[in-house]
Amino acid sequence: MSYEVSIKNVVKCYGDFRAVNGVSLEIEKGEFFTLLGPSGCGKTTLLRMIAGFNKIDAGEIYFADRLINNIAANKRDIGMVFQNYAVFPHMTVSDNVAYGLKARKISRQERAPRVMQALELVQIGDLKDRMPDALSGGQQQRVALARAFVIEPGILLMDEPLSNLDAKLRVQMRSMIKKLQTKLGITTIYVTHDQEEALAISDRIAVMKDGKVKQVGRPEEIYTKPQNLFVANFIGNTNQLKGAIKSVEKGNVGILQLDGGAEVSVPLREAYTGDVIAAIRPEHFYFGEHGMPGQIQMATFLGDFVLYEVKLKNGQVIQVNEYQHVRQIRSAGTSVQVCFQESMISVYKNAEEVISC
Amino acid sequence: MLSKFRYRFLNFWTISTLILLLFFVIALVYPLGSLFLNSFKDTDGGLSLSNYITFFTKKYYYTALSHSLFIGVVSTVISTAVGVALAYVVHRYNIVMKGPLKILFIICLMSPPFIGAYSWILLLGRNGFLTGLLAKIGIAVPTIYGKTGIILVFSLSLSCYVFRYVTAALKGIDSSLEEAAESLGASKARRLFTISLPVIFPAISSVMVIVFMRSLADFGTPLLIGEGYKTMPVLIYNAYLSEMGGDARMAGAVSVVTVLISLGILLLQKAYIARRNYKMSGLRPPKEVRLPSIKRWLLSIPCWIWVFIALLPQITVVVSSFIKTKGPVFIGGFTFDNYKTAFEHCGSSILHSFLYSTVALVFIVIFGIVTAYISVRRRKQGGTLLDTLVMFPYVIPGAVIGICYIIAFNHRPILICGTSIVIVLAYVIRKLPNTVRSSVGVLESIDPSLEEASISLGVPPMKTFFVITARLMLSGVAAGAVLSWIACMNELSSTLLLYSSSTMTLPIAVYTYVSRGNYGVAAALGTIMTVSILAALCLVARMTRKTGGII
Repeated sequence: MSYEVSIKNVVKCYGDFRAVNGVSLEIEKGEFFTLLGPSGCGKTTLLRMIAGFNKIDAGEIYFADRLINNIAANKRDIGMVFQNYAVFPHMTVSDNVAYGLKARKISRQERAPRVMQALELVQIGDLKDRMPDALSGGQQQRVALARAFVIEPGILLMDEPLSNLDAKLRVQMRSMIKKLQTKLGITTIYVTHDQEEALAISDRIAVMKDGKVKQVGRPEEIYTKPQNLFVANFIGNTNQLKGAIKSVEKGNVGILQLDGGAEVSVPLREAYTGDVIAAIRPEHFYFGEHGMPGQIQMATFLGDFVLYEVKLKNGQVIQVNEYQHVRQIRSAGTSVQVCFQESMISVYKNAEEVISC
Repeated sequence: MLSKFRYRFLNFWTISTLILLLFFVIALVYPLGSLFLNSFKDTDGGLSLSNYITFFTKKYYYTALSHSLFIGVVSTVISTAVGVALAYVVHRYNIVMKGPLKILFIICLMSPPFIGAYSWILLLGRNGFLTGLLAKIGIAVPTIYGKTGIILVFSLSLSCYVFRYVTAALKGIDSSLEEAAESLGASKARRLFTISLPVIFPAISSVMVIVFMRSLADFGTPLLIGEGYKTMPVLIYNAYLSEMGGDARMAGAVSVVTVLISLGILLLQKAYIARRNYKMSGLRPPKEVRLPSIKRWLLSIPCWIWVFIALLPQITVVVSSFIKTKGPVFIGGFTFDNYKTAFEHCGSSILHSFLYSTVALVFIVIFGIVTAYISVRRRKQGGTLLDTLVMFPYVIPGAVIGICYIIAFNHRPILICGTSIVIVLAYVIRKLPNTVRSSVGVLESIDPSLEEASISLGVPPMKTFFVITARLMLSGVAAGAVLSWIACMNELSSTLLLYSSSTMTLPIAVYTYVSRGNYGVAAALGTIMTVSILAALCLVARMTRKTGGII
């Protein structure tokens, strides 16, 4: 039986330092929810508060309508997967997976098939009698995963489960985790610092910084409509261009003049004129005519695209990804006109406030 | 509200912390406090400094202090110099029969020094085998009674200690450090004195402190071989005997001075190494250098000679236990009579030693694991306090523990003097620090997320501790615990003050027979002790074979 999770204004202090500073989140039943942020942003601290390993200094956390602030970790009905696997080294694979079932006093007859089924779901049924020291990192993480979901917890918590694996295995495992989660329908809270992983795996993401949530949304929302410059920079790459909104036309459409020498109309949330910062991702630029004039400084071949560093006439250097004509790399010194997809631009009054729709 | 209170405060660990703190208050703080207070009482029971004034003005007392310091310094210097040199040579070069050599070092280390003292009397004493032998060919042996004998016994026994400790430190040096020095043009000798030794100096300085404190605290050796040369522990014992039935005021004052010296030395060393904690990876330990045969033998022979001399007491004890005796005189001829007498008269002492040591071991393991857990994982919730308390007996000589238990537990509310409880208590308090230290080491290598994984799977913290943490710690702690058991079997300095006729132990029996001049039976008892210790050592070797732990 999966729960929805409701986090209300929670705080965690270490002395004067607030590791988690008033976070509120509503996580739906069966949802794959990710806490994403750089190291030290409080995401793991928050996860451990949900798990019961960190005390909640202020605020409340509810599983369904059960207040869990003062419920011990072992009574919270959670499953947890750790960064370093935490597979019990003195037990076989199947004893590891059976561990939580034993704690729930599930009979031997019922235990064995459930353990086997869980191991087969993570594709290591043939390793059931091995000891952990005879397993690779990826296999150990599969054991940890099977051990966490075999008890059918109300909530599955994962603390950077893939960060110790190599790049290829990471991609394999994450699609396995996603399929498994969809199949079992367990509410899952996932912590990672890897934005690509978060985008790939999540139903919704909360981007965190300095103990606060900077934006919550579906992956495509987070990517295309970052609510502040931190999110715009942290998720993917972006170019920040200075400019000003000169005037506002009917229907709150602002006329944005970029310092680099382009003028576009942008739909705004409210009437506003004055200096702004525009964020445009490298892949939303293209080389064309009547754009911002500039000169190529460096070209980097990256397989499926070429990354150009282009110096605009105001002196700013921007990054432009070109996916076509990969074979004909433009040499440094070439003069170009840089255009962009106007609908993909985000405009900010300051670091914290978005003004474009 | 109640559930909140239970969640926050009334869990297994807070209760364990409180129980352990209570234990230390009763078994350590209270007795030491009583001793301390008593040392400030004059004959009428009023508060005064008279005992300390006596100590520093009467020659009888202050010479003992200078004796102790002299012996401590000389023994430390000799045993460190020899121990470091032997450890380096054995670790780096292809010494002949290296494996057996290392085992012999461990055996020396595990034999109680007072057995050494007694054997050297047999060998080089007034009626010693060697003395007689040498006298026949006209060589007069200088007397080994007094400071010479004490320093001889300590240097031999403690150099084995230094050897083991420094060997462990040498294993931590990464060969890239020395290769770097070599690539920069340093000669072999220069490399040794500017790189290899300085990087392990923090370890050497710790073992020097241990060695110094051991020579300061050892009681059996100066008592047996020192004769007129009195050291602090002997003074404590004599002061106590002369104050029989009194409050042990003077013994208290002498004890306080001894503890303060130990503590001072320890703090000095801690301050010295505080800024010199070199972190080394030791990923690629240096390869053994294969010397050509002449050089190889030239280096091997001194190592074997030293070990042979250090082991000579053990050999002497075993051999002489089978020789017919009449009082202190060995009259020649093979016999089992010594063993017969030993078992007839001291069967209960043998039994007591095994029983008390084993009971103490159970407590040491349980307390050790739980204390280590609290001091590592629950620092802020009493862990630091507990850690300090448990390490305190480390600087307290056994004779001092003996004295303060007599003062504290000889009257209500805790009247346990003369019972076996007080002996077991002394064992536990004295030997706990080592087990806690080794448990802390083991625990630090266990990832806390293993416990969290278990808790998240629905197993309560207390059960998690027993099923996961303690289970994983046990294999590492067990080997260390057997060494504690051996130390209990050897214990003389506290029990000599605490025993009664019904709680005599094996080392006390040995001591009693030696002091009565009944050398044959003493040798038989000593052999029984040595054999038990060897058996326990074999057990440790088996347990640590995989990890290469102790040897």
